[in-house]
Amino acid sequence: MKNPVLEIKDLRTSFNIKGDYYAAVDGVSITVHENEVVAIVGESGCGKSALALSVMGLHEQKNTKLDGQVNFGGQNLLTLTRSRLDKVRGKDIGMIFQDPMTALNPLATIGRQIEEPMDYHMKLSASEKKKRTLELLRRVGIKNEQRVYEQYPHELSGGMRQRVVIAIALACDPVLLLADEPTTALDVTIQAQIMDLMKELQNQMKTGIILITHDLGVVAEMADRVVVMYAGEVVEIADVKELFENPLHPYTRSLLNSIPSNMESKEKLHVIDGIVPSLQNLDRNGCRFAPRIAWIPQEDHEETPEMHEAAPNHFVRCSCYKTFYFPEDRVGEREYVATNS
Amino acid sequence: MLKFILRRTLLMIPQLILLSLVIFMLAKAMPGDAITGAFMGNPDATPEQIEKIREKFGLNDPWYVQYGRWLGKAVQGDFGMSYTHQQPVTTLIAGRVENTVLLSLFTAIMIYLIAIPLGIIAGRWTDSWADKLIVTYNYVAFATPTFVFALLMLFVFAFVLGWFPYTGSVDIKIESGTWAYMVSRAEHLVLPVMSGAIIGTVGTIQYLRNDIIDQKTKEYIKTARAKGVPEGRVYSRHILRNSLLPIAAFLGYEITGLIGGSVFIETIFSYQGLGQLFIQSINLRDFTVVTALVLISGTAVVVGTMLSDIILSLVDPRIRIE
Ligand SMILES: Nc1ncnc2c1ncn2[C@@H]1O[C@H](COP(=O)(O)OP(=O)(O)O)[C@@H](O)[C@H]1O
Ligand code: SF4
Ligand SMILES: [Mg+2]
Repeated sequence: MKNPVLEIKDLRTSFNIKGDYYAAVDGVSITVHENEVVAIVGESGCGKSALALSVMGLHEQKNTKLDGQVNFGGQNLLTLTRSRLDKVRGKDIGMIFQDPMTALNPLATIGRQIEEPMDYHMKLSASEKKKRTLELLRRVGIKNEQRVYEQYPHELSGGMRQRVVIAIALACDPVLLLADEPTTALDVTIQAQIMDLMKELQNQMKTGIILITHDLGVVAEMADRVVVMYAGEVVEIADVKELFENPLHPYTRSLLNSIPSNMESKEKLHVIDGIVPSLQNLDRNGCRFAPRIAWIPQEDHEETPEMHEAAPNHFVRCSCYKTFYFPEDRVGEREYVATNS
Repeated sequence: MLKFILRRTLLMIPQLILLSLVIFMLAKAMPGDAITGAFMGNPDATPEQIEKIREKFGLNDPWYVQYGRWLGKAVQGDFGMSYTHQQPVTTLIAGRVENTVLLSLFTAIMIYLIAIPLGIIAGRWTDSWADKLIVTYNYVAFATPTFVFALLMLFVFAFVLGWFPYTGSVDIKIESGTWAYMVSRAEHLVLPVMSGAIIGTVGTIQYLRNDIIDQKTKEYIKTARAKGVPEGRVYSRHILRNSLLPIAAFLGYEITGLIGGSVFIETIFSYQGLGQLFIQSINLRDFTVVTALVLISGTAVVVGTMLSDIILSLVDPRIRIE
């Protein structure tokens, strides 16, 4: 196995909502290795962004509580002072944000924004910085880099801006890249272009990547390992091939069922209804997913679901996967209540 | 860019025409006209005589002819005669413009000197005791009428403590052009400027505080922090640049706005400026002067707005290309 770059251990991120703290990331452990792409999937609101922002220390300090460890480069990032953390962010870890329309400062030129991390992390002269920036712009697929260097964000399209955001993240040759749904805010055709760029960059670099996405097609193409999150918890982790061939957790199976291509090949497949409960309304006792698969009898659920290694390097929270079935599978065999009847 | 400035300047023409039309109509609607004033003190004038003179001055012409004539003269700086002062309105105003411009300029500078640091502190350290103090000051200033505060300042610093003179714009015994003259002018400016500024900070502090709080939550600030930018620089390079931009742009508007708005301050401190002249002229029903002053301050606002738009287009790249 290659060297781990990032080790998240039992990370818990809680937000203050009207005086009480509620965990949006609830005991998550993930390891990312050199040159490895770890995809994080899960519905909106399951805590993916909260996780990435915790790693970067980007949550507002006042109303956020962070517990656990984020081990990177021999130190726990959660315990670093702001000035020590600033030596890591933008240098060894780069972040790509979701919405390129808002991720750039409207009043600074593209060139300045890409050079800014170099100001703090690299000893370069002004002309060296410019040279490096122009190279970066070319690397992210911008052809008229001389012109774009002088331009302001509002003069660029969404796809171009996202390329700039990627260039900023790569400015100081990071060893870890966090990409939080880098294509969700873009047009479909542009999404494919940006994903192609990400793949190309990934092939050239040794960077470890955490790729947050809902696009399972992208996961299949790019990821080495997949982490499935539900309601702040990791519910399944496996290598990408294993996960697609042998999904175990009911939630993972439901996610895979929602891929259109599968829909056509098999007959009608069950897609589990409902949404992730909000932080205050989430029942944190027992199985968090149980309310959405009401047809499974109570006694099948584990009391407090733990991670089980179902196959080598394939972990799933709870053992219910052994008895789980979709209502369609067993019509007439057993009594059930389907949520979408 | 030049095209934008040109277009923006041309836009002023219809604005100014509209402004002058409205003012002309109002002046017409006011009781009396240029002639009434001239005959105020002369009860012997017969209606026939008055009628003859009205005819001679063109006051019986259709309104648009009168308007054209009035505007033509105004453009050349001829606003007619003030009957109370018995001198051309232009001469009367010219003697006071400098005082008012000085007062407005220094008031504006003071407003920014106070409001910008306080707004930044309140916005950056929201809910700190400093913020609470600043917000309290802001509410009190908001609720206090300028003239009440000016009277209070006058009472405390001029009357009780005797630190500053309480009337006029300069000590008339001092020869103009000397150092002592300058000092005297400055002394006379302190109370009016501070009275206007301490109350006048309200909008700027409020705006700056809110905008900083708003900018703080923006995504591009996360980008900046993710680059490893230290917090001080996150403020100076990113948040403040965005928040101060509209304030810089409002400069032109603010200063010219003050020119028309220092009426209370000038009156209370008997400061020889346009505002004081305005009130005096209204009291004496010297409408030629009133009309000229309204036209001047209205024009100042129109010009100030244009300046603000141009400054904004210079400092904000998003407006530049349009
Ligand atoms: N700063 C915050 N304060 C309070 N609640 C938050 C905050 N950020 C995220 N949340 C909540 O935490 C949950 C997870 O959010 P998020 O990480 O953005 O989800 P995802 O990125 O997976 O869509 C959501 O219920 C969201 O409302
Ligand atoms: S049985 Fe276990 S895995 Fe299945 S839903 Fe319940 S707790 Fe989750
Ligand atoms: Mg998200």
